[in-house]
Amino acid sequence: MILAKKVFYFYIDGFRNMKEGKTLWLIIGIKLFVMFAIIRVFFYPAAVTKDFSTEQKSEHFYKQFSR
Amino acid sequence: MIEVFDPSMVNWARGQFALTILYHFLFVPLTLGMTFIIAIMETLYYKTQDEFWKNTVQFWVKLLAINFAIGVATGIIMEFEFGTNWANYSWFVGDIFGAPLAIEGIFAFFMEATFFAVVFFGRNRVTKRFQLMSTWFAAIGSNLSALWILIANGWMQNPVGTTFNLDLARNEMTDFFAIVFNPSASVRFVHVISSAYIASALFVIGVSSWYLLKNRHVRFAKASIMVAASFGFLAAIFVATLGDQSGYTVAQTQPMKMAAMESLYIGERGAGALVLGYPDPAKKLGDGSKGIAINIEIPYLLSIMANRDPYSFVPGIEDLVYGNEKEGIEGVASKMRKGKMAKNAMFDYKAAKSKKDEVGATQAKQMFEQYGNYLGYAHFDNPEELVPPVGIVFWSFHIMVGLGVSFIMLTALFLFYSRNNKLMKKRWLLHWGCWWSLMGILAIELGWIVAEVGRQPWAVQDLLPVKIAVSNLSTGNVQFTFFGFLILFTILAVAEVRIMLRAIKNGPEGV
Repeated sequence: MILAKKVFYFYIDGFRNMKEGKTLWLIIGIKLFVMFAIIRVFFYPAAVTKDFSTEQKSEHFYKQFSR
Repeated sequence: MIEVFDPSMVNWARGQFALTILYHFLFVPLTLGMTFIIAIMETLYYKTQDEFWKNTVQFWVKLLAINFAIGVATGIIMEFEFGTNWANYSWFVGDIFGAPLAIEGIFAFFMEATFFAVVFFGRNRVTKRFQLMSTWFAAIGSNLSALWILIANGWMQNPVGTTFNLDLARNEMTDFFAIVFNPSASVRFVHVISSAYIASALFVIGVSSWYLLKNRHVRFAKASIMVAASFGFLAAIFVATLGDQSGYTVAQTQPMKMAAMESLYIGERGAGALVLGYPDPAKKLGDGSKGIAINIEIPYLLSIMANRDPYSFVPGIEDLVYGNEKEGIEGVASKMRKGKMAKNAMFDYKAAKSKKDEVGATQAKQMFEQYGNYLGYAHFDNPEELVPPVGIVFWSFHIMVGLGVSFIMLTALFLFYSRNNKLMKKRWLLHWGCWWSLMGILAIELGWIVAEVGRQPWAVQDLLPVKIAVSNLSTGNVQFTFFGFLILFTILAVAEVRIMLRAIKNGPEGV
């Protein structure tokens, strides 16, 4: 438990003491937000949210392969 | 799901992936190489206990951290695109791609996340020995991550160790070690990481040269140049000598790519490697002309590289497209026929299975096993579709080689004048170092263009064309996300570069 606490604060203090890092993490956050919260949800909803079975995927590929 | 396939979508999806990788690979080489340069400097600190080395390491770690954070996010975007734009490809490659990427993910998570955290945050909080060990593990871990990515890429260039499951229409791994020790993967891995070491060394030399030109942080800059030039020179020599093995592997597994790299349209025995020349823009496939304007070459070198035999035959693009009976080279038309037989067998198998006709299924399977290696050729109607864009491949390859030669010269000169302590007097060299600081990354981008454009039209060599690998999406969707990524990446890249430049301008502390 003490070790886990030490590791936790190791990361927290590390991030807290970063200077340029804070801006960078903000930039990375914006990137991920645009990718996963906007593009994925609004532009590829059918393709990425529906859970197809192995057989359905295989059938779909056969169909694609025949074009 | 869209049932009518829009062919223009392929190019948009291809462009989007190229754009993402292009951005991703601006940052990855520096992570791969700078970790080792930092590990060497950390070792010097550990050995000498001189605070100068500690401060030197801290500055380069700061630049590494900026670079590392940027690379992480772009890598995630790439994997996301596999699922959206390249769903057919993702299904077809099956566990061949999934296993190496999963191993890479584990390595990346456990080794990089753990040890990079110590490298970035650990100073004065862990023991010096643990700090040193973590620095080396971070370097080794990031390079091992690259290994698994390049194993996956190597399989696409030279698919080995798998069988095609007709029931599921996907490849399955049958020989893990054949995939891991695929010559295309091992040569590619060594070539890529050595190139990344050069790119990192040039970056360190470039930044340090700028300090010397400004007469700032002189001891720090000289020491950094000494470490980076030694490391970069060794890597540059290694890449040059290994180039021979890369050429051999490409010639054996992807002869069309080799022919495009040299703009060799008509094959020859005792073929020479081009030193000076360029592809003839008036060349038409099958017109019988050589296809190269000005032709100054080193005799026999291409034959030696391609086959380890100075008198051997190196096939040209026309030999590979139309066939060359005398040299035993099969043309594309014949491969297309076999490919169509494999494709028919695949669908016959499926039909027989659905009718529970086991005899028919077995016959179809036997037919597929005979011609399955040509499966991808079934999707072409014209043999000339199999020729990659020769001009792009040729120029990318030759500019890359030219840059590689300049890297040997540059690092050798920096090493020589560093050892003689005459760097400050050689301002022309320092200027050259500044200008060349990002040329290593340019050379890597060009190498990637050679590798990926050179294998067109294949997503998986001989098995899956790019036009079939792509998801069936609307062009509008991909266009929108393409421009979205372009704008987003550019704005963020500018912001990130500004952070990097600000850190460089502020300079190291305490040295």
